[in-house]
Amino acid sequence: MIRRSVTLLVALGIVGLLALDHAQSQPLNPYAAPPLLALGSGLAATGGHCAAPPPPAQ
Amino acid sequence: MSTATAAAADTTPSGLSRGLMILVVGALVLSVALLAGPRFGVVLLIGLGFGLALEGFRFGFTGPWRRMILERDASGLIAQLICIGIVALAAFPLLAANGAELKGAHAPIGLAMIGGAFVFGAAMQVVLGCGSGTLVNAGSGNAVGAVALPFFAIGSFGGAYHLSWWTSLGSLPVVALEGTQGLMITLAGLVAVAVLALLVGVKGSHRLPRRYWGAILVLAGLAILHLIVAGQPWGVVYGLGLWVAKGVVSVGGDLSGSAFWAAPGNAAQVQASLLTDITSLTDLGLIGGAALMAWWRAGLASPVGKLPARAWAAVIVAGLVLGYSSRLAFGCNIGAFFSGIGTGSAHGWVWFIAAFAGSWVGIRLRPVLGLEAKR
Repeated sequence: MIRRSVTLLVALGIVGLLALDHAQSQPLNPYAAPPLLALGSGLAATGGHCAAPPPPAQ
Repeated sequence: MSTATAAAADTTPSGLSRGLMILVVGALVLSVALLAGPRFGVVLLIGLGFGLALEGFRFGFTGPWRRMILERDASGLIAQLICIGIVALAAFPLLAANGAELKGAHAPIGLAMIGGAFVFGAAMQVVLGCGSGTLVNAGSGNAVGAVALPFFAIGSFGGAYHLSWWTSLGSLPVVALEGTQGLMITLAGLVAVAVLALLVGVKGSHRLPRRYWGAILVLAGLAILHLIVAGQPWGVVYGLGLWVAKGVVSVGGDLSGSAFWAAPGNAAQVQASLLTDITSLTDLGLIGGAALMAWWRAGLASPVGKLPARAWAAVIVAGLVLGYSSRLAFGCNIGAFFSGIGTGSAHGWVWFIAAFAGSWVGIRLRPVLGLEAKR
């Protein structure tokens, strides 16, 4: 096996992930999308990040 | 011409192939921008840039730490510190002036956070891939990276699922350095670590190879751009856990039992498209950028190395551990070390110390697990 085969398998996995995501997620709406730049947008940063503190335990 | 050189020459893409590939990648980025919104297209482009830079300059985090510990070669670690310092120079004033629109990678220091960073440091040396490294390795055809990646994602989901419980074991309030004073303390800290590394390192460690300078400038520039565009610093592991959360929901799984996944912001992201999640897009870009660079340089024709079954089992376990521990540690080498320190979070410094100690252990585990010859 060469590295190209591994890369192709990873690419297939990503295509599968995106297909699954497309099938189960809410439809995309580019008209409701945030502005290009967060800086200067006037909107609070809301995206998920690994450093974000968690909610309290239930 | 040697056999290897001839094989590389045979697989080197033609000018036409390269041109077509650029068009295909451009079309993909444009499609995301049109379908999801321009910000998300640009974030994917930044992710591709990260992958191209890391693979193109052969720059990473695990390897330099390994060389520092084994060979006392401090050059790679110093390059990382310079890169973080450049990011801090831009990020501190940006965050100070735009605190509502931009956020840093600020997280609390706690028992689980320190333990998670230590374990992450050990596991990243076992698979020779950190958060970004595993993605780059998988994209560039490294079988160890490709096998570790899905388990990294599963671990990340699990760590996030239990994160609130782990944090409740003992955690300090978030401590973030801010403003000019915070920037000065951060830069002084980076300089102090660099001086210590030079004192411990072998002679000549201060001479950084040209490729390191390329990596420093490109990665720092992209990281600053990421903060400006996305409103948050570069991160990796949130997106990986989200991929598995989506898979769990798609097979009828219920995430309401997890304080983390049931939290409104995360529950909404599980329902939304991955093309609107910042870390997912940069992760996909990292994989794609690394694959593109490996293909461009005809690096995909080399054979995949063979490992014993015990080594593959170790890779799977290490992948799971990498994912789980990085959530407890509030980030991997990117989210906690690079972005945490670069945006003033005290947890980034603690993460660095704990993960470096863990790396020392992980390096000694590799021969035991059959991943390399015993020293």
